[in-house]
Amino acid sequence: MEHVIQVQNLTKIYGKLMAVNHINFEVLKGEIYGFLGPNGAGKTTTLRMLTGIIRPDKGEANILGFNIQKEPLKAKQNIGVVPETSNAYVDLSAWQNMMLMSELYGIPKKEAENRAENLLDRLGIYDRRDDKVNAFSKGMKQRLILCMALVNDPLLIFLDEPTSGLDVQSTHLIRDILQEFPEQGKTIFLTTHNMDEANNLCDRVAIINKGQIAAIDRPEKLKNMIKKLKSIEISFDKALNTKNLSELPHITQIRKKGDKFIVFTDNVDGLIHSLTLFAESENLKIVTLNTLDPSLEEVFVELTGDA
Amino acid sequence: MQINQYLDQLKRSLGIMKKDIRIYYLKGPVVIFGFLMPLFLFLAFFIGSRDMPMDFLISGLIGMTVFFTATAVSPVIAPWEAQVQTLERLISTPISITTLLFGDMLASFLFGILIPILPIALGLAIGINIIYPLTFILGIILAAACFSSFGLILSSPPSNAPSNVMMISSLVRFPLVFISGIFIPIEKMPYWGKIIASVSPLTYFTDLTRYSINGTSYYPIQVDLIAIIVFIVVFFFLAVQLHKITIYKRI
Repeated sequence: MEHVIQVQNLTKIYGKLMAVNHINFEVLKGEIYGFLGPNGAGKTTTLRMLTGIIRPDKGEANILGFNIQKEPLKAKQNIGVVPETSNAYVDLSAWQNMMLMSELYGIPKKEAENRAENLLDRLGIYDRRDDKVNAFSKGMKQRLILCMALVNDPLLIFLDEPTSGLDVQSTHLIRDILQEFPEQGKTIFLTTHNMDEANNLCDRVAIINKGQIAAIDRPEKLKNMIKKLKSIEISFDKALNTKNLSELPHITQIRKKGDKFIVFTDNVDGLIHSLTLFAESENLKIVTLNTLDPSLEEVFVELTGDA
Repeated sequence: MQINQYLDQLKRSLGIMKKDIRIYYLKGPVVIFGFLMPLFLFLAFFIGSRDMPMDFLISGLIGMTVFFTATAVSPVIAPWEAQVQTLERLISTPISITTLLFGDMLASFLFGILIPILPIALGLAIGINIIYPLTFILGIILAAACFSSFGLILSSPPSNAPSNVMMISSLVRFPLVFISGIFIPIEKMPYWGKIIASVSPLTYFTDLTRYSINGTSYYPIQVDLIAIIVFIVVFFFLAVQLHKITIYKRI
């Protein structure tokens, strides 16, 4: 399998802070690779080093076969970057932003116009192409940024929290488009702290915490790492609070989630038994009862120690 | 192969130039800082120094206009773009820092040539003749390139607050006007004044403009032309080296 990203001992130091601490990983062609971590873990710093926006203090990164420090122009020619904060030129129109990006990638004018037309249309902002970006909503700006990142038809796309704070429609549109890329042989490097997004989109995820990689694997394999964290989702026909359930046997932790309870246990069979006995004794009807595997979020919390 | 790469990067710098013109140059501040401010300085000096010949004052006004126009916007582009994070977008694209700066320089160069048409028209309207028009045009082109490169040096401190950079820029630009023979002829300056004037690129352009208008100059015009060309090369090279160090500190 061809590696499109190879990272060796990549390190970034800000004063006394080791923002990224000797990390190593590889991303395969056609993968959607999630880079997860809590705020300040080093996700964006890593992405910025991989895209040549900042320089590492140690280590190296090869992007599409080119060392990003030694041959930055060749490495950047076939990548697209979607930063966390929209950074289109707000005093230019959407179309002018697209044409500017095309010129910076050296795309011939006619081809650039065709690509811009297709992308803006696909992302639903073609009708607003002549409007200045400062009149765009956050979702529209982020869609434009994605268009700008795709204008060079990149082989590798870096996305930094691409759906953070977006409306549902924009989020779904962006996710739908991202899911089409692996079929076209494109690779995606995605930083996020949205576990649902990582779980649904990514082939593999790396979890970074305090500048160090805590784990790299497929989402399902990561969940299997902490099978001990089995849980049960249960709801009753009458309102209860956590105190009512907390003294039942086999419960290690309990959390209220809307009208349901998420009950963690190391003995699923024993817990179901005690919950049904409890319902009978209290004259309650069980409305839902589901056994749950650990979520990626729980893996994340387990590995990073953050709530 | 190497030449093709340079041409390719040159084309990309035209994209930067177009962007700068659309966003920064087609706005009021360029005319205000480039022409109106020198005009007011000129009027103030004209009222206070009635014995100065008009051709001397007009050549000074043209010198100031080229200088202030070419350095009006370029110092604030980098800090402004760093602040609104568009600089990050530019750095992530396949253009070199030299290409980026050359694009910025081209935009200010273009306006450094165009805006001086106003004081030239004013001079012609009040009866000033340009004796050596080709030397004059060549001087304006070289001076606009020189001052545009100088503006890039002013934008190199790694501050992302445009107001800080403007303050530094003003602290450097205004004293230069007063030591470059615009208001006081170089020949009337004391010896130490002449030494200081010789390190200012504006001195050579003002001298060249006076030669083009009244046929007299302090330095031989070959010296003026060579000095401006040397300043262009040194300023642009220095600007690229400084930005290579500071651009990553802005992100």
